[in-house]
Amino acid sequence: MSPILVLDDVSVKLPAGGDRAHAMANVSLALAANEILCVVGESGSGKSMTANAIMRLLPGGVTIDGGRILFEGRDLCGLSEAEMRKVRGAGIAMIFQEPMTALNPLRSIGDQIGEMFELHSELSAAEIKARTLALLEEVRIPDPALAFKAYPHELSGGQRQRAMIAMALALDPKVLIADEPTTALDVTTQAQILKLIRDLQRRKGTAVLFITHDFGVVAEIADRVAVMSKGEVVEAGETEAVLGNPQHAYTRQLIAAVPPLKAPPARTLSDEPIMTIAHVSKTYRTGGFLGRGQRVTHAVKDVSLVLPKGATLGIVGESGSGKSTLARCLVRLIDPESGEIRLNGIDLASLSREEMRSATRHIQMVFQDPFASLNPRRKAGEAVAQGLIVHGMARPQALARAKELFGLVGLDPAATERYPHEFSGGQRQRIGLARALALEPAVLVADEPVSALDVSVQAQVLKLLAELRQRLGLSIVFITHDLRVAAQVCDLVAVMKSGEVVEAGPIGTVFSEPQHPYTQALLASIPGRDFGEGRELAHEPVA
Amino acid sequence: MRVLSLAGRRLAASIPTLFLILIGVFLLLQLAPGDTVDALMAQMGGGDAATAKQLREFYGLDLSVWAQLGNYLWRLVRLDLGFSAIYGKPVATVIAERLPATILLMTASLSFAFFFGLILGVVAARGVNKWPDTLISTLGLMFYAMPTFWFGLMAIVVFSIYLQWLPAGGFEDITVSYTGLRRTLDIALHLVLPTLTLGLFYMAIYLRIMRGSMLEVLNLDFVRTARSKGMDETRVVVRHVLRNALLPMVTLIGLQAGTMLGGSVVVESVFSLPGLGRLAYESVIQRDLNTLLGIVFVSALLVIAVNFIVDLLYARLDPRITTGS
Amino acid sequence: MDLVKLYFRSPPAVIGLVLLILVLVMAASADFLYPRDPLALAGRPLIWPFSNPRFLLGTDNSGRDIAAQIFHGARISLLIGGVATAISIMIGITIGALAGYYGAYVDTALMRVTEAFQTLPNFLLLLVLVAVFGSTITTVTVAIGIVSWPASARLTRAEFLSLRNREFVQAGRTLGLRDIRLIFGEILPNALPPVIVYASVVMAIAILLESALAFLKLSDPNVASWGNLIGAGRDVLRVQWYVSAIPGIAILVTVLAVSLVGQGLNDALNPRLKSR
Repeated sequence: MSPILVLDDVSVKLPAGGDRAHAMANVSLALAANEILCVVGESGSGKSMTANAIMRLLPGGVTIDGGRILFEGRDLCGLSEAEMRKVRGAGIAMIFQEPMTALNPLRSIGDQIGEMFELHSELSAAEIKARTLALLEEVRIPDPALAFKAYPHELSGGQRQRAMIAMALALDPKVLIADEPTTALDVTTQAQILKLIRDLQRRKGTAVLFITHDFGVVAEIADRVAVMSKGEVVEAGETEAVLGNPQHAYTRQLIAAVPPLKAPPARTLSDEPIMTIAHVSKTYRTGGFLGRGQRVTHAVKDVSLVLPKGATLGIVGESGSGKSTLARCLVRLIDPESGEIRLNGIDLASLSREEMRSATRHIQMVFQDPFASLNPRRKAGEAVAQGLIVHGMARPQALARAKELFGLVGLDPAATERYPHEFSGGQRQRIGLARALALEPAVLVADEPVSALDVSVQAQVLKLLAELRQRLGLSIVFITHDLRVAAQVCDLVAVMKSGEVVEAGPIGTVFSEPQHPYTQALLASIPGRDFGEGRELAHEPVA
Repeated sequence: MRVLSLAGRRLAASIPTLFLILIGVFLLLQLAPGDTVDALMAQMGGGDAATAKQLREFYGLDLSVWAQLGNYLWRLVRLDLGFSAIYGKPVATVIAERLPATILLMTASLSFAFFFGLILGVVAARGVNKWPDTLISTLGLMFYAMPTFWFGLMAIVVFSIYLQWLPAGGFEDITVSYTGLRRTLDIALHLVLPTLTLGLFYMAIYLRIMRGSMLEVLNLDFVRTARSKGMDETRVVVRHVLRNALLPMVTLIGLQAGTMLGGSVVVESVFSLPGLGRLAYESVIQRDLNTLLGIVFVSALLVIAVNFIVDLLYARLDPRITTGS
Repeated sequence: MDLVKLYFRSPPAVIGLVLLILVLVMAASADFLYPRDPLALAGRPLIWPFSNPRFLLGTDNSGRDIAAQIFHGARISLLIGGVATAISIMIGITIGALAGYYGAYVDTALMRVTEAFQTLPNFLLLLVLVAVFGSTITTVTVAIGIVSWPASARLTRAEFLSLRNREFVQAGRTLGLRDIRLIFGEILPNALPPVIVYASVVMAIAILLESALAFLKLSDPNVASWGNLIGAGRDVLRVQWYVSAIPGIAILVTVLAVSLVGQGLNDALNPRLKSR
C-alpha cells in the first residue's frame, strides 16, 4: 500500500545556545492508510517534535531546515500558511496528552467540536449540531446531549479525551496524530481510550501516528513501531519484530528496562511486624455553608495493613484512590482522624506534633517529583544534612555524613556543594533518597518515587532501592500506580479504590489470581500485558 | 441564578469588612487633635468653655469612646450619617450633592482605561517585541510614571490655556445655565481632561496586564489545539484567547476600585470638580470629622458595589465559577 | 553572575539603572552643589529657566531656586519612597506569610483585615492618617507604608499557599523541622523574588503618593519636596508653567527609573517569561 504521509530526511533545528543543535535529525518515516505507527522514545528524543513538525506548529525559533514532509504527495513544507490551515484539522488532525488543558475552559464541548465544521465546511448551525451530537455518540460519551452543553471541567479525564477524539475525527481526516493521548489517564481509562482509537481507526481506515513513551502501549496498539533517540530514528519495523527481536542496542536496553508484570519468586518474610496500620480513616469536607450542603470525601476509609520487618508493602491504585493520602498519614503530614499507626510499638497517630517531630527519624519519606522535592535554593549536601542537624548532630559532622550518603546512593560525594538544578531527574531522586536515609529510619515511605522518571532511569533507581533494602534492612511502604513496577519491587500488595483496601496479600498471589473484580479489571487494563513476560528486569544503565 | 447567589454571598461577606473599616477609622479619628466642636468654635471665631461643653453634649461627644462608637454604628444602621457642623447640613445631604460628579468621573475613567487598555494590550501582544509593542509599552510606562495631578496641570496648560479647546475646571459652565442635551454636552466637555488624567494611569496598568495575560494564554495548550484545527491567528485570538486573557484584568478592576476612588481626590482638586474626593480633602482641612467618616462609609460602599459588579461579570465570563468543581 | 548578565541584556533595564543612578547622584550631591537651604529666598521670583546662569532652572513664585529644590527633592523622594516601601513590604510579608502558611482561621482573619484595607481607598486613608497624626516627614512616610501593604501581603500569601504544599516543604516537615524554620528557611527564600520585584511597584507608588500629598499641601511643608513645588507652581500656571513642569519631570524620571529596574529584575529572575 502506498504511504499517505511520508517524512523524508526531515531535520528540525533548535535555537542556538541549547544543549543540541537539532531536535530531529534526518528523520524518515512512512505512514500508510489504515495502520497505526507508534513513535516511541524517552523524554527529549524528539518524538513530540515530529508531531509538531508535521502540523507545522513548531515553537518560536524552531524551524524545519531540511527534508520533505509529503502528505498525499504534496510537500507540506512548501505550502503557504493559508494552504497549511486547510490541511490542519481536515487532512491531518491531532489529539494531545492533557485533555484538560487542550480544551478551552471557557467554551462548551459542543461549541469546540462544532468549530471544526465551521472552519472547514459550509454546514448550517443545525446540521453542525446534529453532526456534533453524532460524533459524541460515536466516541461513546455517556450522555451526548449533556456532554454537548458541558464545559471541560464538568467532564472526567476520560470523557474529555473522548471529546478531543470526536473533535479530531470530525472531518474524517486521513491522518490522526496522537501525542501521548493516554499518558495523563488512569490505567482503566487508558485501556478504554486505546480500544476506542483502535476501533475508530479500523472502521474509518485512518492512518494513526501514535506517539508514546510506553512500550506496553506499543505492544497493545501498534502495527509498526519507530524508536527514536536524540532526534534520530534508531530502529523501525513491524511491532512484533522490533519488540521480540530488537536489533539496535538502544532499543534492546530500553525494552530490557521495562518491568515485566510477573512478580519474581517470593522472598521469605519475617513474622515480626515493624509497622501495623489499624482502622486508619481520613475524610475531607468541602464546600457548604454553616454545615449545610457539605460534600464529604472519604479519602482513606478504615484501612488496616501490616508491614513485616524488612518487607516492601506496595499500595497500588488509580488517582483518587487515597493511596497518597494514606502515605501522608503514615508520616503525619496529614493527621488521620481515627485509627492507629504503630511503629515499633509506638502509636504515631496519637503523638503530639512536638513528639512526632522527634519520632520522624524512625519513618521517612521519598517523594514523587524530583524537581519539586528539593529546595532550589539549598545545596544538595545541606538538604541531606538538614535532618541530622535538626535532630542534634553538629553541622560539620552532618555535612561529612551527607558526603558518605551521597556515596551510598551512587552520587559523587563532591557533588554535595552543588544546587539541585545542576542534577538530572534520576540524580535528584537519589538525593531525595539520601535525605530520607540520613536519619537511618526503620521504615521508608516512598510515594511514586519513580513515576516521573524515564524508563531507563527508573530501572536504575529501582535497582538502587533494592540494594539499599538488602544492605540496610529497610522496611518500605511503596506507593505506585504502575503495577509493573509494583510487581518487581513489592513483597506484599494492597489494592486501593475510593479510599478502601479492596484486596491485599502476597504480590505473586494477588497478581496471578486476583479475587476482587476491581483488581481483575485493573490487571486486565494494563496495556501489553504479556509484553516482557518471562524475562527479568534489567538493571544495566542505558547508554 | 447561581451567579446571583454566589455574588450575593460575596456581598454578605463584605459586611464584616465594612464594619471593620468603620470601627477602625472611627477609633483612629478619636486620636485626632481637636474634634468637630473645636473646628466649629474656630469657625465661629472662638467661644467660651460653657458653650463648648453644651455643644459637646449636643453632639454626644461627652460620652465614652465606646458609647460614641455604639451610637455611631446604631445611627449608621438607620442610614443616618450625622450632621456636618461645617456645612450646616446632614452629612448624607452633603455627600449626595457631591456623589454624581465622582460617579461620573469614575465610570468615564474606568471605561476609558478598560477599553483602551484592552485594545492596546492586544495590539502589543500580537506584535510582541516589534515596533507597535515597543511604542505602546513605552507610552504605557510613561503614563504609569507620571503623577496624575501633574499630567492634569500640563493638560490644562496645553488644552485650556494655550489651545483653548477645553475648559480648565469645574463640572459645568455656571455663567450660563444650559438645559437638556446642551447641558449634557457641556458637562461632557468639562469631564474630558479629568477623565484622561485619571484614566491614563489605569490604562497603563491595564494594558500591561492585558499584554502579559495575552502572551501567557497564547502559550496554553488549547491555543495549540485551535491552531491544529486549521484556525487562523485572528480567529484564534478572538475566539479562544481574548476571553481567557480578560480574566486577570477583570479581577484587577475589583482590586483597584479603591485606589481609583482615592485618585479622584487629587484629580477633583486639580480640576475643581465638586465631587466626593474634593469633599474629603476639604473635610480634612476643616477637620469636619463627621463628614470624613461619612465619606469613608460611602466610598467603601462604592468599592463594594464595584466588586459586586465585577463578580457578576467574572461569573459570566468563566463558567467554572458557577458550576465549579 | 548569571543574574547580572541577564539584567544587562535588556536595554530598558539598563536605561532604568542609569536613570536611577542619576537620581541617586543628584540626591547625594545636593548638599555639595546647593549647600544653602533650598527653601530660602535666593533671588528675584519667577526667573525663567536658562535665562540667568545663577539659577539654571529659574526661580519659583517665592524667589526660591528651582534647581536647588529639585536636587534636595531627590533626597526626600528617595528617602520617603525607600523607607515607606521597606515598612510596607515588611508588613506585607509578615501578614502574607502567616496567612499563607497557617491557612484556616489565621488566614480568614488576616485576609479580612487586608480586604478592609483594600476596600478603603488608599489615598483617603492616607488623608485620614495625616489629618490625625499631622504632616511631619516621619508620619507621612509611615502613613504611606501603612496604606500600601495589602498588595504585597496578597502576593506573599499566594506564594506561600503554592509553596507550602510543595514536596520540598513536606520533606522538611518529615525531617522534623519546626514551623519557624520551614517559614524562614525553606519557604520565604523561594517566595521572596516576586515580592522583591513588587517592591519596585510599591516604591513607585509611594513616591507618587507623597508627591500627591505634597501637591495638596498636606505633606511636610518644611522639606523641599517635588510635590510641594508643583503645588506652588499651580498659582502661576497660566504663564510661568515651568515652575510646575520641571519638578513633574523629576518625579516622572524617578518613578520610571524605579519601574524599569523592577521590570529588568523581574525579567532577569524569570528569563523564560522575558517576552512579557
